[in-house]
Amino acid sequence: MSKQINVALIGNPNTGKTSVFNALTGLNQKVGNYPGITVEKKQGVCKLPRGVKAHIIDLPGTYSLNASSLDENVVIELLLNKNDKDFPDIAVVVTDVENLKRNLLLFTQIKDLEIPTVLVINMADRMSRKGISLDLDYLEEQLHTKIALVSTRKGDGIDRLKELITHHKDISVKPCINALQIDKEYFSSLSKAFPNQLLYKLWLVITQDVNFGKTDRKEIEAVANFKTKSKSDLKRLQQKETIKRYQFINNILKKGQTIDLSQAKDLRIKLDRILTHKVWGYLIFAVILLTIFQAIYDWAEVPMDFIDGVFASLSEISKRALPSGAFTDLLAEGIIPGLGGIVIFIPQIAFLFLFIAVLEESGYMSRVVFLMDRIMRRFGLSGKSVVPLISGTACAIPAIMATRNIESWKERLITILVTPFTTCSARLPVYLIIISLVIPEGRFLGLSYQALTLMLLYLIGFGTAVLSAFILNKILKIRSKTFFVVEMPNYKLPMFKNVALTVVEKTKSFIFGAGKIILAISIVLWFLASYGPGEEFNNADEIIKTEYASQNLSEDDLQNKIASHKLEHSFIGITGRTIEPVIRPLGYDWKIGIAIVSSFAAREVFVGTLATIYSVGSDDEDTIKNRMAAEINPVLGGPLFTFASGISLLLFYAFAMQCMSTLAIVKRETNSWKWPTLQLIIMTAFAYAVALIAFQFLK
Amino acid sequence: MQVTLAHLKRGEKGIITDVSSNEIPLKLLEMGCLPGNAVELVQVAPFADPMYLNINGSHLAIRKETAIHILIEKIANE
Repeated sequence: MSKQINVALIGNPNTGKTSVFNALTGLNQKVGNYPGITVEKKQGVCKLPRGVKAHIIDLPGTYSLNASSLDENVVIELLLNKNDKDFPDIAVVVTDVENLKRNLLLFTQIKDLEIPTVLVINMADRMSRKGISLDLDYLEEQLHTKIALVSTRKGDGIDRLKELITHHKDISVKPCINALQIDKEYFSSLSKAFPNQLLYKLWLVITQDVNFGKTDRKEIEAVANFKTKSKSDLKRLQQKETIKRYQFINNILKKGQTIDLSQAKDLRIKLDRILTHKVWGYLIFAVILLTIFQAIYDWAEVPMDFIDGVFASLSEISKRALPSGAFTDLLAEGIIPGLGGIVIFIPQIAFLFLFIAVLEESGYMSRVVFLMDRIMRRFGLSGKSVVPLISGTACAIPAIMATRNIESWKERLITILVTPFTTCSARLPVYLIIISLVIPEGRFLGLSYQALTLMLLYLIGFGTAVLSAFILNKILKIRSKTFFVVEMPNYKLPMFKNVALTVVEKTKSFIFGAGKIILAISIVLWFLASYGPGEEFNNADEIIKTEYASQNLSEDDLQNKIASHKLEHSFIGITGRTIEPVIRPLGYDWKIGIAIVSSFAAREVFVGTLATIYSVGSDDEDTIKNRMAAEINPVLGGPLFTFASGISLLLFYAFAMQCMSTLAIVKRETNSWKWPTLQLIIMTAFAYAVALIAFQFLK
Repeated sequence: MQVTLAHLKRGEKGIITDVSSNEIPLKLLEMGCLPGNAVELVQVAPFADPMYLNINGSHLAIRKETAIHILIEKIANE
């Protein structure tokens, strides 16, 4: 077995920690979850000289070891648990050269845990522009560590970092300050009571607010010869400790760092003057949103048409090339169209993730939080709710997880409850295909009607989210201390590698996550649509032939009649027609009904389902869209997808809660079934009502 | 002159003199909001809320309701 070094990457948010991680691991990384919780766990492998491998964990960004959220808690739990298989042989603290003072706070805390720790000073390429120079030898000596000056943008310093990791045994474990001198009496009685424990570790266990270490804390409180302190006393001590740490940091930076302000060119001030301006700030934000939607619609069209065509011909080829039989039918009519229904949306989903990644990476997202806080507060939300609401346009699941940095529980709960109203990428396939069927082509002020409709749907999503937040804010009787702090990071040109990795990884997990469900449902649907009980299904040939014996139908027409008769009396047809009375007032037929029912697994299944249902017994070279356009309304005659039924369907999908994964996440984040159940019932009932009104009014 | 942080106008600077630790969460203290540190009001959103600050070289935004619990000594602009 080759030797492996466990490395933990730790740092404040916005220090470029993930860039360092990407530079070390390249494509050798995977994202999972910590067991039992939904915190993302990023790990990767870095090859070092002489066949040594480093196993690198990118821990969630945190400002200190005093955790105030689940994400931050992960960091402490790992660092305090020597038995964890990921317990680091070496901790790498990543800091931003422009924020060294604040970033070093975390560094001094980790040093107190007596773990070998090296310091990465990142974004070194900005030093000359900011007039910063550092005395690295002095800093290394004072901090008892080794420093790697890194610029991930230029690729500098990564080799030095690898070198330090390889020789992790030479790194000092000596703390750099004695921060716990703040109350000698208290801490000496603590160390007398627990002579075998590290003092700082005990202190962390005592002071943590989060669920972590409750049992450990009880053990400490149970020891008789140790006097505990009140909560506010503890907090005062923590404040003293923080002041002490800053004093130390200020002192060493006074000598180790010089900043020549005359050299500093501050892009931040100039950009912020415009981007956070009372008028221009909002205008620019609106323009950015508009651009995103137009881009998703226009730029993605070419690759999408291409993919649609490829899958249609794939279906046809497989039918011709393979020997006919049940398996070929399953492949050509079930699996291929079902998969096509999801693959086609890769371009749009990738674009969406691309824009969100760029907004996050550049530092612009924090400005939006700043601009929107006051407005959002009126609706019972926080400025930080904007991030979940915007990333909700990609997927509600990461969006709901992104609410964790909202400090007030009430604001956070409301954000979680309303986020599923925002138009997630799973709704996009449904919207796009229906819009292309029922909204005419043409342009208004250079924007196509279809793009405008799509934008309107996004606005309806946001509008409903915000409005229901307003109502919830009035109804919910939760008292929680509101508090809000958001870091305004430096503006950065997004790094191509970081953005590309995010887009690839997010798109992949969306496609594979959804793909599995869709594949399974396509197969089940195909079986249900291809077999049926009783005379009507099994003797479809004879029934139709007798019925139409008098009319001189061509062979093709006859075959079509037989196929649709079979479908109507298959298992799926029977199910569909059972629920048809419920959905007919909304303008849907039983086929759409089936698609809606299967959508409760995940919305994007809708298109795949229709594709599968319509493929069974129809011309194979046709695209999904053409097949849908050809459908006839069984009651009213005329095309099934009219303006009225189309709008009704769009609105139904805009409001209904049709995502089991989201419900599961809401359950997990709120720790109760009450909230997801309410979400499911209220959202779906509302969707039904709105779709009903829309169809009856427009028809 | 001793005032609260909420009294600063855009572009004005001060030195933090006291922080009522019962109202201010530890996280803000750890981000540099501590007595003795310099603070500058960089930008305000409409209705002067939230406030975009430069505290001790850290750029962050807080709400007015938090800012009133932070006492400062104003530094006159030259």
